[in-house]
Amino acid sequence: MALLYFIYKNRSVPYSVVQRKALFKAENRRDSEMLKEDNRKVMLEKTIKEHQYQASSLLEILHKTQELYGYINKDLLSFVAESLKLPPSHVYGVAAFYNYFRLKQPGEHVVTTCLGTACYVKGAEEIISAVEKEFKVQRGNTTADGRLSVFITRCIGACAMAPSIVVDDEVIGKATKEIIIERIKLLLEGKKP
Amino acid sequence: MTTKTVSLKIDEHEITAQEGKSILETAIENGIDIPHLCFLAGLTKTGACRLCIVELKGQAKLFASCSTPISDGMEVITNSEKLKAYRKNTIQLLLSERTHVCSVCVANKNCELQALADKLGVEHVAFEREWTSENVDSSHPFLVIDRNRCILCTRCVRVCDEIEGVHALDLKLRGKDSQIIVDFDDSWDKAASCTSCRKCAKVCPVGAIYVEGEPLSETKDTGIADFVLSRRKK
Repeated sequence: MALLYFIYKNRSVPYSVVQRKALFKAENRRDSEMLKEDNRKVMLEKTIKEHQYQASSLLEILHKTQELYGYINKDLLSFVAESLKLPPSHVYGVAAFYNYFRLKQPGEHVVTTCLGTACYVKGAEEIISAVEKEFKVQRGNTTADGRLSVFITRCIGACAMAPSIVVDDEVIGKATKEIIIERIKLLLEGKKP
Repeated sequence: MTTKTVSLKIDEHEITAQEGKSILETAIENGIDIPHLCFLAGLTKTGACRLCIVELKGQAKLFASCSTPISDGMEVITNSEKLKAYRKNTIQLLLSERTHVCSVCVANKNCELQALADKLGVEHVAFEREWTSENVDSSHPFLVIDRNRCILCTRCVRVCDEIEGVHALDLKLRGKDSQIIVDFDDSWDKAASCTSCRKCAKVCPVGAIYVEGEPLSETKDTGIADFVLSRRKK
């Protein structure tokens, strides 16, 4: 009798309808995400093929990788190195040399401050310091919740508009700390400025 | 095949040498001493350290003798007061860039930078020094890299690529922030392409790469590149 009870207690319970729906949804999401990822991989592979696996096309391929993924992590670098038959350290060295390439996944929103000569003279340093203080993040890093990244760069070629700050791919010229902080706050609240 | 020869003058020596050689190589062959750091026989020339600068008569600017080919009628000055002053400055800049403290360094008395500083009479560093505190990677069974002592001469990168042929080492970032990396900036024990051949430790002019528990005087072998290259099947 006890044995029967034990078996009864440990029987595999079929999922309830709600549970099954949730599971189906989760699985579906995973599939679509994987598909998306596969698509990106396919696109990347296609680009590499177009360049005929030439080692000299490394920069173009790194550009494409960042365009597709938004950043280039170690797995992607490793994939590129393997495809082009290049030494890993060489690929990493090239990617790390250029400020443009992001080796870590950036946050949801990205603020890039120009610290070229003109922008620096016009007070870009003050603005970035204010942003760092306001959102509690150090330059080159992402906030703990992964919502905001703050980067610096040298000259984006908009010196006439100094200080220039790029907020999510939009260049804001003649920026002040008030304008930038307000803009970031709007973005973080999910409102379109 | 006939090789053209050119005649030139280095300081007061009249020299005839094969065309295609660099000023520094010609000088070394003829026993003329030009201070150098990043140059190593058997490796490609990068002209990174700027210590081998020379004056050419009739030219206003200075030339890195390791990467300037000789030509007919050239008159080279290797040791003017101007050059001495520049070289002293260069050494001081190298010393100021990272944490170079001889008294606690494995390379003490086996260091090319220290020897050159001594020879050129550098007693003080006139610039504000940067005390870097990079992590020392000692994860490899016996090779250690201390990036605080690195002078970025890239001898290790070149010997790894050109002589050993694996290119496990390279540089990341740029300018004074540059660092020697192993594979994808991994810790050394995780690097798949490193063959643990120790050539990087053999050619390092300072104490940045060394073999753990082995005196540097035993590790050092700056002739390794030329030795391997000259005996390689053509």
